Amino acid sequence: MFAYMVRRILATIPVMAVVAVFVFGLLYLSPGDPAAIIAGDTATPADIARIHAQLGLDRPLYVQFADWVWRLLHGDLGISIFTNLPVMHLIGQRVEPTIVLSISTLILTVIIAIPMGVVAAWKAGTWIDRGVMIFAVMGFSTPVFVVAYILIFVFAIATNLLPVQGYVEPSRGLWPFLSHLIMPTVELSLALAALIARITRASMLDVLAQDYIRTAQAKGLSNEKVLVGHALKNAAVPIVTIIGISVALLISGVVVTETVFAIPGLGRLTVDAILRRDYPIIQGIILIFSGIYVLINLLVDLSYTLLDPRIRY
Amino acid sequence: MAIVQTDMPIAGVPPVARGGMWRTIKRHPTIVAGAVLLLIMVFLAVFAPYLGTVDPQALSPINRLKWPSAAHWFGTDMLGRDVYSRTIYGARVSLAVGLSVAIFSTAFGLLIGVVAGFSRWVDAILMRIMDGLMSIPAVLIAIALMALTRASMKNVIFAITVGEVPRVSRLVRGVVLGLREQPFVEAAFASGTGMIRILWRHIVPNTLTPVLVNGTFICASAMITEAILSFLGAGTPPQIPSWGNIMAEGRVLFQVAYYIVLFPGVFLSVTVLAINLLGDGVRDALDPRLSRRM
Repeated sequence: MFAYMVRRILATIPVMAVVAVFVFGLLYLSPGDPAAIIAGDTATPADIARIHAQLGLDRPLYVQFADWVWRLLHGDLGISIFTNLPVMHLIGQRVEPTIVLSISTLILTVIIAIPMGVVAAWKAGTWIDRGVMIFAVMGFSTPVFVVAYILIFVFAIATNLLPVQGYVEPSRGLWPFLSHLIMPTVELSLALAALIARITRASMLDVLAQDYIRTAQAKGLSNEKVLVGHALKNAAVPIVTIIGISVALLISGVVVTETVFAIPGLGRLTVDAILRRDYPIIQGIILIFSGIYVLINLLVDLSYTLLDPRIRY
Repeated sequence: MAIVQTDMPIAGVPPVARGGMWRTIKRHPTIVAGAVLLLIMVFLAVFAPYLGTVDPQALSPINRLKWPSAAHWFGTDMLGRDVYSRTIYGARVSLAVGLSVAIFSTAFGLLIGVVAGFSRWVDAILMRIMDGLMSIPAVLIAIALMALTRASMKNVIFAITVGEVPRVSRLVRGVVLGLREQPFVEAAFASGTGMIRILWRHIVPNTLTPVLVNGTFICASAMITEAILSFLGAGTPPQIPSWGNIMAEGRVLFQVAYYIVLFPGVFLSVTVLAINLLGDGVRDALDPRLSRRM
């Protein structure tokens, strides 16, 4: 087990190396002078020269890469072209709302999706099952910002129940904090829940067809005991796997959601960076988001042995 | 080599086409619903100029922010442009991007997956690269690429394709690894069939079902990604009306003129839903074993 853990953790190094090479290489693979592209159409030669110097583009490529990786390993993601501040500092300023929104979304998603999937599999073929499947297809097909605008229309414009947009820190009162968080959380959760409910249902259907489920029912266990104790426990591995994978969906959803709801998080920082062509920020954000994604999926892999003692390495 | 008679009727399986349209609809309701909705969208996109539309770029400052009416079915935006015309023309962008990304990423993914499935050392290198690329959320890959190139439809298609190729190649590789162990492939090797011929005649055709089904899902997700990119200001250039662009422009005015966001949003959702229904239905029809699972 320990050897497996070490191997699995070491396996993330080449993955992150590819991410780093990709993020670094993009700037040089793009046609033309990267400094001119970043500077935009209205740039003067002086602007381009300044960006050239700032990115160190005049040095040999391998020196640039080695230097970039060296600083990266020391937690230095470079300097933002537009604000002249360290990227790490800018990310640090914006990270809180994104973490809060991501965690609240994951919690709500699990609360909605797993019971839905379990009940749909248990009542397979009935109208409950069909309802869950329709929700799953609809939730997966409706882009997050469309859901966001429907929610804004219903809960903010038509009824005035919730604030239209913004983010309030928890220190400024529980209700202001929660009321700003409800709509973005619900909106993001719907798409994720659709995916996870679907996989939960599929995984549960596989398990419910097993002999030991029939045995458990035959010996007179209650439905809840069979469903949760016997079935869900054995269906857990694919469900946890899809939760790990859905983090990618969550990350892209966060970028859009923060734009719609004007939440000053990492997503908003990304969008501002796109509009200003501030490539060091985009590089930093991609590295951080990919690192989080790799880390979560590492934890998911390592959790398999806890979820299913039959899995041994 | 083929000795098995393929046109032999199989007992118990009724012919699909017999029984008329009603039977088909009852048998595959999701395919029919998806196909009909998608055909409507394709019709709108192809015949956009003849469907009562005006120039989607025509400015009309006097008619700014008019609510939907007989003159402007979907209202007008802040520059007085007709939202109905823009939405209908927007179907062209979304469908073109979705289809192109599906075709390109399937082609490249198929190539990479087949090569990786058949050569151990290429596999080791390629799959590490694909693992790395897959750990970057596809939208972020597209954002990074778009931040470095000029806004154009070609670049949008390229940027979304780069993020989708790793997933297709993983899928194909998995299928190929399974096929390689199949007796008919071993038999082909044993009888001295060349590598290219084995790949072309025995491997590739057997990967097509999962790849085609996957292609429909790529098409749907590429349309969403295009809309996201345009919505964030990193997509199709503003002079081309796309559903994402129209919604991005309507975003600031949502509280006074929500219809600008509503119509392209509904069209986008319905189109993506149609493609997903079609993909689900085709997958279930081609592989009944999977239908119970998903």
